[in-house]
Amino acid sequence: MGAVPSRLSWRVATVRAVQPETQRVLSLVLDVPGWDGHQPGQHIDVRLTAADGYQAQRSYSISSAPEDPAITITVERLDDGEVSPYLADVLRPGDGLELRGPIGGWFTWTTQDGGPLLLVAGGSGLAPLMAMLRHRAARRSTVPVRLLYSSRGFDDIIYRAELDRLVSHDPDLAVVHTLTRSQPPGWTGYARRIDGAMLAAVAWAPEARPLAMVCGPTPMVEAVADALVALGHDPGRIRTERFGPTGG
Amino acid sequence: MSFISRGFKGRGRREGAAGRLPPGQYLEHGFPVLSAGPTPHTPLDRWDFTMVGQVDQVRRWTWDEFLALPAETITRDIHCVTKWSKLDSTWTGVSVDTLLDGVETSADYVLAFCDGGYTTNLPLEDVTGGKAWIAYAYEGQPLAPAHGGPARLLVPHLYFWKSAKWVRGLELLAADQPGFWESLGYHNRGDPWREQRYWGDE
Ligand SMILES: Cc1cc2nc3c(=O)[nH]c(=O)nc-3n(C[C@H](O)[C@H](O)[C@H](O)COP(=O)(O)OP(=O)(O)OC[C@H]3O[C@@H](n4cnc5c(N)ncnc54)[C@H](O)[C@@H]3O)c2cc1C
Repeated sequence: MGAVPSRLSWRVATVRAVQPETQRVLSLVLDVPGWDGHQPGQHIDVRLTAADGYQAQRSYSISSAPEDPAITITVERLDDGEVSPYLADVLRPGDGLELRGPIGGWFTWTTQDGGPLLLVAGGSGLAPLMAMLRHRAARRSTVPVRLLYSSRGFDDIIYRAELDRLVSHDPDLAVVHTLTRSQPPGWTGYARRIDGAMLAAVAWAPEARPLAMVCGPTPMVEAVADALVALGHDPGRIRTERFGPTGG
Repeated sequence: MSFISRGFKGRGRREGAAGRLPPGQYLEHGFPVLSAGPTPHTPLDRWDFTMVGQVDQVRRWTWDEFLALPAETITRDIHCVTKWSKLDSTWTGVSVDTLLDGVETSADYVLAFCDGGYTTNLPLEDVTGGKAWIAYAYEGQPLAPAHGGPARLLVPHLYFWKSAKWVRGLELLAADQPGFWESLGYHNRGDPWREQRYWGDE
């Protein structure tokens, strides 16, 4: 234990809770022994090992705030995937899960970074941005934030109740949804993929120099980052995280 | 011995990829995109490639001059630190050896610099001796901007973040200087076979 940067060693966390979020997405609450905390936006690497020694690793963003004693990851189940169905279907409270982290020093935001802060998410790409919103709420920060969040349908909106609750008593937070595939009767919000016109309406003007954090599937992230640059936003103020797996 | 994950069987046993997947990697058939910010779009008439730093004389090539240099087509496996590997990807470009031909330098390191401000550092010996290229075509097609076009560094024996997209030049340096990801917790060298992903990995 010295000043040497500590090795990101593998450790076995314990699943404390499994929380369904939507039909295809759930959160795993993990107790990690000796966890040193994280910055909102960082991720962990998960490693699964079969009895014959075969291993698979994947990355998952931390969706909980650093102020929360447990860490939470929010996983979208891909039917033909290798790791996400295991996390979604097999893990139960009390099970162990090997992981290491926190990882990533670029796609992060803390209240000290200030704002205004523009968050743009697609699907499970909300996970690292949720860590930022939860951190901001835990600190009672008044940094202005706008979240533009694209989901397939109303029931696919992750953390919907929590977002509603956060917005209801926070004048400095705005959440705008767009539903790309299906909309409930009477829906008056956006009903298309995020485009330049939508960003122009939701984001601050480029002169306000918002810091933009964009996370989701690759085509969505590419389109949003390109549109923000085209609107005149400084490319140096746009940070992106792509979840893959496949794209462009 | 690692912790055994209860009930995990795993999908692939890496058939067909025997010996070609470094530890912790999985086989990917698409071509994922990863970068820290927006994709820059530099017009080709404003593009150049320069060799600067500890050189007897700065070298500069315009796009047309660059395309006129002797090109090589190579097929290599690539490995991304986010865990995917792609086998047998085919690239066309100019070997860094060709660019360094006739350059007098006492440098031991290079820093690749790119549109958008991205940098990555490498020992000179990791980019010479037929190990690195400036690639401008992928599978016979011009390299798409999302994948680093018009040109990217290609250093297939190291994790793919070392293969800097939108590369515009190499700075030759006497002393090593961490690049973008290398300053943010990622390993300084990034050898996938030694699983050098993050600071502190061997
Ligand atoms: C920094 C980072 C943070 C991330 N954060 C999150 C997060 O917070 N939440 C989240 O849900 N995900 C996150 N991801 C994505 C996550 O790491 C995994 O990629 C995702 O869970 C899929 O893994 P999987 O093993 O289930 O699917 P994989 O087995 O990797 O498969 C992914 C897809 O590729 C296809 N595929 C795979 N192998 C083959 C094959 N051999 N042939 C044909 N098709 C194939 C499958 O059809 C499947 O749909 C993150 C990724 C990164 C890089």
